[in-house]
Amino acid sequence: MPELALQVERYSAVIVIGDVAIRVNTRDSSFLDLLQQRYSGFVSAESGAEFEFDVELVEPTFADPDAEVNVSHHSGRWLMERADFRAEWNPAERSGVIHQKANPYSMDAVLRIVHTLVLAKQGGFLLHSASAIRNGKAFLFAGVSGAGKTTISGLAPGDVTLLTDEISYLRKHDEGYVAYGTPFTGELARLGENTSAPVAALYLLTKGPENRIEPVAVTDAARGLLGNVLFFAEDPKLVHRVFQTACDFVHRVPVYRLTFMPDARVWEMIQ
Amino acid sequence: MSKKVYVARSPRIAARMLGEEMLVMSAQGSTLFTLNPTATVLWQAADGATPLDEIVESRICSEFEVKPEEAMRDAEALAADLAKHGILLISEEPIPSKSPVQEQHRP
Repeated sequence: MPELALQVERYSAVIVIGDVAIRVNTRDSSFLDLLQQRYSGFVSAESGAEFEFDVELVEPTFADPDAEVNVSHHSGRWLMERADFRAEWNPAERSGVIHQKANPYSMDAVLRIVHTLVLAKQGGFLLHSASAIRNGKAFLFAGVSGAGKTTISGLAPGDVTLLTDEISYLRKHDEGYVAYGTPFTGELARLGENTSAPVAALYLLTKGPENRIEPVAVTDAARGLLGNVLFFAEDPKLVHRVFQTACDFVHRVPVYRLTFMPDARVWEMIQ
Repeated sequence: MSKKVYVARSPRIAARMLGEEMLVMSAQGSTLFTLNPTATVLWQAADGATPLDEIVESRICSEFEVKPEEAMRDAEALAADLAKHGILLISEEPIPSKSPVQEQHRP
């Protein structure tokens, strides 16, 4: 009797964010379609990737996608858990596995965590901020939910290229920092452009009765920046790296407080 | 005679002097603290080997022109507060240095 062999088809997509390519493998073609749609503009036709994840789809549960993420480091592997996913990643082997439901939110969370860990070692970080390019320069607009990231992104005139309305991708380059587009969206639900530019300024957003830009003292700038940095791992060495990078950032990039009205004229001040 | 108390910077934090303020971030929950000038002096002197009363006498009293008894009382309260937030370690024995997170200063 001939031996029975079951060959399972494997589908892959390479998602490139901030010049870091991550291959995602799945056995479900409809999930691959979902990924290609979700990360449209960030999916590369190139086969090479720095890291690779196998996705094992699990049955849906009544998980809360807003639940706290737990990230820990054991024996060279990162464990990432939330109610809707569980992932393991071995950076040395450049591979990992994700157990998740067939939705884009869990994948989004895993990608964000992996990128925060990668960036921490590269002198960068993810920032809770909108970012956009004008005249070849990137401008960041940081603030908590409700501060105006979506509003200012929505008011951007036609000559502005939106990198993200929610989570900015920043990495040190030469004497300054570069902002990259991300597919991580906020209320605008519009993917950023997959491009980059040197950062010219960081604005800490406040809504107010007028449009006004004021310089911020370096300590307040660091506090404002660190308050918006995304970092999930309670690893002292990496927290130290991110902290030092943020302190370096405020010495190299001008930081201002931007008070603005929900009015397109605010963009006259962003040049 | 009262026991000696030793203080050391926690290895689970990152710190940096920015302007005239010391920013400290704890790895636990990435919590951020700003130390006032007295706390900064105490923090910088907390090497795990120098007893708290010597730090008070040699650093705090001279720098802030305060009486030793009053300074010691305040320093004990401050150290306890910093320890409560995981920023400082307190012991009745010298604390060996094992800090992987070195403090850096920038202009």
